[in-house]
Amino acid sequence: MPPAVKLPARAHLAALAGAGVGALSRVTGRGGGSVVGGHVILALEPKALARFSAGRRVVLVSGTNGKTTTTKLLARALSSAGREEVITNATGANLSTGLAATLASGRPGATAVLEVDEAWLGLVAGEVEPAAIVLLNLSRDQLDRNNEVRQVAERWRRACGALRPGSVVVANADDPLVVWAAAVAADVRWVGAGLTWTSDACGCPRCGGEVHFGGGPQPASKEQARRRAAPGGWRCASCGFARPDPVIWLADDDLTGRDRDAGHVDQVNLDRIDLPGANLPGANLPDTNLPGANLPDADIRELGAAWAGHAGYAVEASGVVHEVALRLPGRCNQANAVVVLAAATSLGYGASGVLSAMAEVEEVAGRYATVRSGGTTARLLLAKNPAGWAEVFTMLTPPPGPVVVAINARTADGQDPSWLWDVPFERLRGRPVVATGERYLDLAVRLHYAEVEHACDPGLLSAIAASGPGRADVVANYTAFHQVLAATRSTGDDRARRGPREAGPREAGPREAGPREAGPREVADREADRGGAGKGGLL
Amino acid sequence: MTTVSVALIYPDLLGTYGDGGNAMVLAQRLRWRRYEAEVVTVTAGQAVPDSCDLYVVGGGEDLPQALAAARLLESKALHRAVASGAAVLAVCAGLQILGEAFAGAGGEAIEGLGLLPCVTRISARPRAIGEILVRPAGRWSGLGLLTGFENHGALTTLLPGAAAAGHVLAGVGNEDGTGEGVVSGRIWGTYLHGPVLARNPRLADLLLSWVVGDLAPLDDAEPSALHDERTENGPGERRRAGGVLGAPALSWAKGHLGKLASQKFAKQPEVRQTESG
Repeated sequence: MPPAVKLPARAHLAALAGAGVGALSRVTGRGGGSVVGGHVILALEPKALARFSAGRRVVLVSGTNGKTTTTKLLARALSSAGREEVITNATGANLSTGLAATLASGRPGATAVLEVDEAWLGLVAGEVEPAAIVLLNLSRDQLDRNNEVRQVAERWRRACGALRPGSVVVANADDPLVVWAAAVAADVRWVGAGLTWTSDACGCPRCGGEVHFGGGPQPASKEQARRRAAPGGWRCASCGFARPDPVIWLADDDLTGRDRDAGHVDQVNLDRIDLPGANLPGANLPDTNLPGANLPDADIRELGAAWAGHAGYAVEASGVVHEVALRLPGRCNQANAVVVLAAATSLGYGASGVLSAMAEVEEVAGRYATVRSGGTTARLLLAKNPAGWAEVFTMLTPPPGPVVVAINARTADGQDPSWLWDVPFERLRGRPVVATGERYLDLAVRLHYAEVEHACDPGLLSAIAASGPGRADVVANYTAFHQVLAATRSTGDDRARRGPREAGPREAGPREAGPREAGPREVADREADRGGAGKGGLL
Repeated sequence: MTTVSVALIYPDLLGTYGDGGNAMVLAQRLRWRRYEAEVVTVTAGQAVPDSCDLYVVGGGEDLPQALAAARLLESKALHRAVASGAAVLAVCAGLQILGEAFAGAGGEAIEGLGLLPCVTRISARPRAIGEILVRPAGRWSGLGLLTGFENHGALTTLLPGAAAAGHVLAGVGNEDGTGEGVVSGRIWGTYLHGPVLARNPRLADLLLSWVVGDLAPLDDAEPSALHDERTENGPGERRRAGGVLGAPALSWAKGHLGKLASQKFAKQPEVRQTESG
């Protein structure tokens, strides 16, 4: 732990003013306060990120999907396993304003675990001198803001190349764009976290050639086979740019043929791990061109069951195997947990404490929470892009479980919802489906052409109720998700189980959680004025 | 009845903006009219067939775009298909590739397929991003308004004698907020994503009519509702986002859409709470 640094008077003033304005925002019911407080702090102290991170260990988490969950798992792991105060931006206020407010709020010297918007990572990393950066994945998301995902990868690469000695990068070896970015760092821990959606990485980030996934030469030995666990390798056919060997990877009991008694992985069934069709470019086309859409229900059930409710395994290259037991559902969260394990152990924390701390997390900023509307009990799932949907399909209650899909296209969502055509919604055939959200018509037309019978209801709560009595899955993109949360929580109809409070400025509760007075769109619009727009978090 | 084939060209290289949906829309609108239809997905490693009836080329990033152009130029399959009467929808990077030349990642000029009378160059202006509304010109005016989402950094100039497919009412379009897209023979080039055929069913049917002739009407309740909603709200969203409005569009939008749009946005969509029990 580095020694605490005495802050200059100006920084103290900025922190006090920011905290005051943030509290005012909360008291007056305008929001959670971290964004507006952050604006005040940055106005008074432009170098706030550097000032307030001095003397603390800072870990940054970035990627297109899984940032918020991974940040929460890591913060919980470090605070629990390390028995120390950890400050974190738990609600996803992940631009400079939210980060400044978070950093200014904590006790000097407290470790900070910060989710950072992928477009802002370079700027933030340059200011806070992170002890570790966690890089999860990169895929198409908010293209009206990020334009081309390759440009984001290039920015990450510059950030990784500029890191001070001693910083460690924990990066997903299964994502070619992430590998391209992280490979220039001096100290990289490669993690085999998998990549269900590969359509944004088919062109080699190094030479533009074709990247092939899954195939490649047969493993020459059992040792090599183990190294290729969780989904198979990738390699550029033109320049040879290929997956680096991970030091730790995710393997699943059923999928690996793991011999429980011997405690090691014998054989990896690579074909079973990727969601069939999800990674094929033509996945959204009908009939013969749509491998995923024509999956029999039994296969979908099997796929869903494959990851629901039973443990995955973190396999270290040394041969050590850890069981990863989570309350959070889905393959993607098992993968996030393995990344957290790699990050925490690289910072000196013990694996068993990290794993048991992660096992306690059951809800992440409303994700996986259960809410009620009318006679319907709904589980909330967040999916904001095709890669997120590829994971969500494995988590859905099996058919004929009803699904409500809520789509907005505000600034924080990306204003172009054409990504809906990259999601194989054909898989929802045979369920009651309700299209809702501000852009329910875009979704309805997609479902129309997918020949998925559906109802339309622009009202979020009435749409949930319209899915019928009993249980339903609600899948929403970013601002729609917060609207659902706010609506259900403000009615007092919330049955969500809450976890213990996070250290730091946790923003929860009905008024903060939703965009009724000032939504993510307005907040993000203000961020846009500062040179970037995105999840401004909740005012 | 023979099968109508829709080729989706290099979705792994040119599939960034959901444009593959255009192929699905074309095939479904044929099937619903009792035609046999198939989508032929051609990925980068595969040979492009020259015998399909329709070709869809979508938008993508700089490096994959250059790779796609090089392969199409080498095989000449698309040239042969066009020469034998196939229809083509070329969107964004697809439009640029089909022109005489386009700009590479570093701004260098790259040879295009020469199937559309335009050249594309990089621009120092901010990237054109946002909702776009177009009034089709001349013989295309029967299509009504075209709605889409544009997202491009480069600008496209039509060659002398060529005319834009439509007039921009909101957005940038080819280069300066006046003209959008270009049509040559049975090739429709446009900057409109959405996907464009999902938002504009009449344009989809125009392309189909080039291949199979007159078409029976379909139940287009939802596609038409989306078209009308985007036509009404798109320009207001573009204006709010600080986008560029074409000069002729400004007065038109003020007169026709401004009032509607302002009413729409004075009242932000809210979460309804009354239904909860």
